[in-house]
Amino acid sequence: MTAPTTAIDLAASVRSGETTCAAVVDEAIAEIEARDGEIHAFNHVAADEARSRAAEIDAMVADGVDPGPLAGVPVALKDNMCTRGVPTTCSSKILGDWRPPYDATVVTRLREAGAVVVGKTNLDEFAMGSSTENSAFGPTRNPLDTSRVPGGSSGGSAAAVAARYVPLSFGSDTGGSIRQPAALCGVVGVKPTYGAVSRLGLIAFASSLDQIGPFTHTVADAALATEAISGHDPGDSTSIERGPLDISRQLDVGVAGLRVGRITDLPTGADPDVVERLDEAFEALAVAGAEIVDVEVPAFTYGLTAYYLVAPAEASSNLARFDGVRFGARVNAADTNAMYMATRSEGFGAEVKRRIMLGTYALSAGYYDAYYGRALKVRRRIADDFASAYASCDVMLTPTSPSVAFEFGSKTDDPLAMYLCDTYTIPSNLSGDPGMSVPFGTGEHGLPVGVQVLAPALEEARMFRVAAELERSAP
Amino acid sequence: MSPPLTRDDVAKVARLARLELTDDELDSATAELTKMLAHFADIDALDLDGVEPMNNPTHLANVMRDDVEGATLDRDEVLGEAPSVEEERFRVPPIIGLDE
Amino acid sequence: MTADTESRDEPGTSRDTWTHESNGLVYEMVVGLEVHVELATATKLFSASPNRFGDEPNTNIDPVTLGLPGALPVLNRQAVELAMKLGLALNCAIQRSTFARKNYFYPDMPKAYQISQYDEPINVDGWLDLPDGFRVGIERAHLEEDTGKTTHVGGAGGRIHGSDFSLVDFNRAGVPLLEIVSRPDIRSPDQAKAYVSELRAILEATGVSDAKMEEGSMRVDANVSVRLPGAEFGTRCEIKNVNSVRSVGRAIDYEARRQIALIDGGESVVQQTRHWDENEGRTHTLRSKEDADDYRYFLEPDLVVVDPDPEWIERVRASLPPLPAARRSALAEATGDAPDSESVAIAVERGQDDYVLAVGAAGGDAARGLTHVKQAFADEGADPSVPAADLAKLTRMEADGVVTATQAKQILADLIERGGGDPEAIAAERGFEAMETDELEGMVDAAIAAEPDAWTKFRAGENKAMGALVGHVMKASRGQADGKAVSALLQQKKNA
Repeated sequence: MTAPTTAIDLAASVRSGETTCAAVVDEAIAEIEARDGEIHAFNHVAADEARSRAAEIDAMVADGVDPGPLAGVPVALKDNMCTRGVPTTCSSKILGDWRPPYDATVVTRLREAGAVVVGKTNLDEFAMGSSTENSAFGPTRNPLDTSRVPGGSSGGSAAAVAARYVPLSFGSDTGGSIRQPAALCGVVGVKPTYGAVSRLGLIAFASSLDQIGPFTHTVADAALATEAISGHDPGDSTSIERGPLDISRQLDVGVAGLRVGRITDLPTGADPDVVERLDEAFEALAVAGAEIVDVEVPAFTYGLTAYYLVAPAEASSNLARFDGVRFGARVNAADTNAMYMATRSEGFGAEVKRRIMLGTYALSAGYYDAYYGRALKVRRRIADDFASAYASCDVMLTPTSPSVAFEFGSKTDDPLAMYLCDTYTIPSNLSGDPGMSVPFGTGEHGLPVGVQVLAPALEEARMFRVAAELERSAP
Repeated sequence: MSPPLTRDDVAKVARLARLELTDDELDSATAELTKMLAHFADIDALDLDGVEPMNNPTHLANVMRDDVEGATLDRDEVLGEAPSVEEERFRVPPIIGLDE
Repeated sequence: MTADTESRDEPGTSRDTWTHESNGLVYEMVVGLEVHVELATATKLFSASPNRFGDEPNTNIDPVTLGLPGALPVLNRQAVELAMKLGLALNCAIQRSTFARKNYFYPDMPKAYQISQYDEPINVDGWLDLPDGFRVGIERAHLEEDTGKTTHVGGAGGRIHGSDFSLVDFNRAGVPLLEIVSRPDIRSPDQAKAYVSELRAILEATGVSDAKMEEGSMRVDANVSVRLPGAEFGTRCEIKNVNSVRSVGRAIDYEARRQIALIDGGESVVQQTRHWDENEGRTHTLRSKEDADDYRYFLEPDLVVVDPDPEWIERVRASLPPLPAARRSALAEATGDAPDSESVAIAVERGQDDYVLAVGAAGGDAARGLTHVKQAFADEGADPSVPAADLAKLTRMEADGVVTATQAKQILADLIERGGGDPEAIAAERGFEAMETDELEGMVDAAIAAEPDAWTKFRAGENKAMGALVGHVMKASRGQADGKAVSALLQQKKNA
C-alpha cells in the first residue's frame, strides 16, 4: 500500500489546484469498485452525486473560491445518517429503498466544509452490535484480516478508512460504535462530547447516548474533522450552545504537566497484549512529561448493565416509528395491527428485535423501577464517579476493546459475549464525556490494539493532545 | 431482587412492541432475556437510595425556537416514499380494536 | 322506582345539583373534565410547519411532523407562553416541567409515541370559578402534541368499524395542545356545561385558543362516576367524542344514569373508555385494547427541561387581559345586576361590556344601557356602531321620563340604522313628547270607565287584571304612554 494520504494533505492539494477534486473522487470510487466486493464497507456508492459535487468544488477552486477546510476530501458516511435523495438503510430491510427528503446537519456541515460524500457504509442494523455482522446486507470484513470482523457497529466506516478508500469517514457511537471498530481496524476514532455534534438527521438508536464522530488515519485529520462537524445546531435541542470545538491549534502542545489517570478498579478481562500496550502507553506519556496518577471510578464496572437497560429502552421507542405507514417497507395484512406485526417482524433482524424486547420490558408497567429507573440512577453514579476522578486527573487511559479483531461467528451465538466488547467504551456514553481510540501497537496475530483516551466534557482539545502524543510515540 | 420473567411477560412485551413471535421464538426469547436480566442483576447490590436519575447528559434548559413558519416538505416527494397512498393521504388497512 | 330532582343546596350559591334516586338510594354524579385545546400558534409544537386548519391534506408537513427517521423536536416558545397564559388565568402555579414519551401504535401517531408532559406539567393546582361562584379545581394544564386525522373509507358511512381501509392526513399532527384537567368537583350537567363555557370564554379572551368545538380545536373528555353522597368515589368511565357544550351535559347525564342502572341491577361499573354517540344519545364501549394501559412513559431524551424564570412569568401575567369573571363583576357593579344574570353574561360573551361601561361613564344609565344592548345589539360586535355617548343620552332621556321605554326602543332602532345621532333630534322628528301627568290621568280614568270588570278585579287584588287597563291606555295613546307611569297611577287610584 502507498503512504497514507491524509485529509489535510488532500484538501491542501485541491485548494491549491495541484489536484482536482474530480480526480480524487474518481480514484476513491475506482478503489471502492475494485476492492469492496470482498470488504463490503459500502452499502451504497453515490458515484453520480459525488462526481457532480466534485465538479462544483473544482469550479469553485477555478473561480478562486475556497471550498473549505475539507476541500475535495472524499468521505464515507455510516448508513444511518440521512442524505437527501440517497438511500439510507440503517442496514435494515425495514427501510426498504427509502430516500430521505432531507440531509442530516452533519451532512450539511461537511458539504459546507468542502467534503464530498462518496457513499454510505455498512453497519450493524440500527447500530446495534459490535462486529457489523448484524447487517441485513451481510457483514463487512476487516481490511487487515478478512477472516475477522471490523468491529461495530460502524464497521463499514472503519473499514472504508482502513482499506484506504477514503481518508475520512463518519460513524455514530452509542456505546463504543466508533471507538471499538477504530481499534479493531487500526485507525483513529472519536466520540465527541454529547451535544457537541448535532444529531439531527442521525437515525436514532439511543437518543441520550448517540454521538457522531470521525474515523481517520491521523489524529490531526480527526481533529479537523471533529471541528468541521461540531458547533451549535438549533435543530437539535440537546446541542450545546457554543461554536465549533477548537482542537487542531493545540495538537502539538504536548502532555508535559498533564495528569493522566490510571483507573485502578477498571473491569478486568482484557487480553494480556492489550493490557501491555496500555501500560506502554502510560510509560510513553510519562516519558513525554505527563504525570501518571491512580484514580478510582467504582461505578465503571456497572456501565454495561446500565447501558443495556437504558439504550434498549430508548431504542424500543425510537424504532417504533418503523411501522410501514409513512415510509420504508410494508408487509401487507388484513388490518393495521397485523400489518404492524408483519412489517416489523419481517423487517427487523434478530438483534434489533432482542433489544426492542429488552427495552420494552425495562419500561413496562411494574418493571420500570426495577430496570430502567434503577439504570438511570447507576448512570448518575457513573457520571459522578467520573467527575470525582477528574478532580485529580486531566484525562484517563483505558483499553478501547478487550481484544483485537475477532473471527466471524465467534460471538454471534452469545449476545452477552458480544456486549462485553463495549465494557470500556460504554461509561463515557453514559456520562456524556468525550473519548477516542488511537492505534497503539499490535497484539495477537499482529492485529492492531487501540488505546482509549477519556476526558471531561468539552475537553476535546486536551484529549487530542494526549492522542497526538500517543500517535508520535506508538510502537 | 428483580421480579422473575415469565413466558407471558415476554408474549406481552412482544405484543406491545408489535413483534410476532412463534412459540419457539417465545421460548428462546424468554430464556435469553432471563439470562441477560440475571447478568444485569449486578446493580441490585448497589445502594441507590436518594440518587437522582440521569436520563440525559445535557445540562441545558429552556431550549426553544421562535414561532415562525419554516420550510415544509414537498408532498409528492414524501408520498412517493410511502408504501401506499390514496387521495394525497397515507393509506392503511382497516383499523381494528375500536368500536364494537 | 327512580326519580330525578333538580334542587338547589348550599344557601347563598346557585349550585345546581343533580341527584338520582334508585331503590330508595339517592346517587350523585362525580365528574372531572379533561379539555384539549389547540393553541393559537403560527407553527407546530415541535417544528416550523404551519398550524393551520383546513389546508390541503399532507401539506403542512416536515420531518418532525411525519416522524421521519432522524427528525428531532424543538419546542415552540409561543406554545409555552400560551400555556403559561392559560395557567395564570386559571390561577395555576407555573413550575419547572419536562416532556415524556407516551408509547402506543396508531396510524395517526407518526412516531408511535406522543410527546406529552407527564409527571411534571407546566401548570398545576389552579381553579376556575363558575359564574354562579362555584369553584372547580384545576389539577393541571399541560402541553402535548396533537395527532393526525384518520378518514375511514368504505363500510357503514365512514365509521371505523367495517371500513375497507383508512387514510391519514398529518396536517394536524404536532399541533400544540393544552390538556386542562379539572379536579372531580363537578356534580351536575349544568355545572359541566358552565365549566366548559367559562373555560372557552377564558381561552378566547386570552387568545390562547380559538376554542371552536365544531372545528375540533376544543375537545372535551369527561370522567364520570356515581356514588352515594359522602361515600368513596365510584369506578369511573371516560367519555370521549363530546363535541358541543350541549352534548357535555347530555353525555354525562346519560352515563351517570347508565352506571346507576348497572349498580341497581347488582352489576359493577367497569373502568373503561366510552364513546358518546350524539345521534343515538348514548355512550358506546370502545373495545379495550389489551395493552391500552401500558404506555411505557419515559422522559423524552430529545428535549430539555422548561423552567421559566420569574421575569418571564410576570411578563406573561402582565399581558393577561381582564378575564370574563372580572368583566362580569365590573358590569354587574355598574348596572346593579347580579354577576351571573343573563344580561351581564350575554354582554360579556359578546364583548359589549366595555361599551355598556362607556355608556355609564358618559353620564348615561348603565342598567338601561345594558337592557338596550342585550335586546338591540345582538348583531353588533364588541364595538357597536352607535357611539356610547348617544346611547348614554338616550338612557338619560328615558330615566328623566322625557321618552318612554317604548319610544326609546324606536329611537335606538333609528340610531343603529344611522350609525348614531342625537336622540333628542330623533325624538322630535318622530313627534315623541312625554305626556303630561294630567293628560295621562285622563286616559287612565277613561280606561277604568271602559273596562269596569277589569277595574273591579284589580281592586279585589287580582294584579293580572291590570294588563287590560294598561293595554287600553297604550292603545289610546298609540304607544306614547309610559307603561310604568300608567301602572303607578292605577296603584295610586286603587289605594286611594
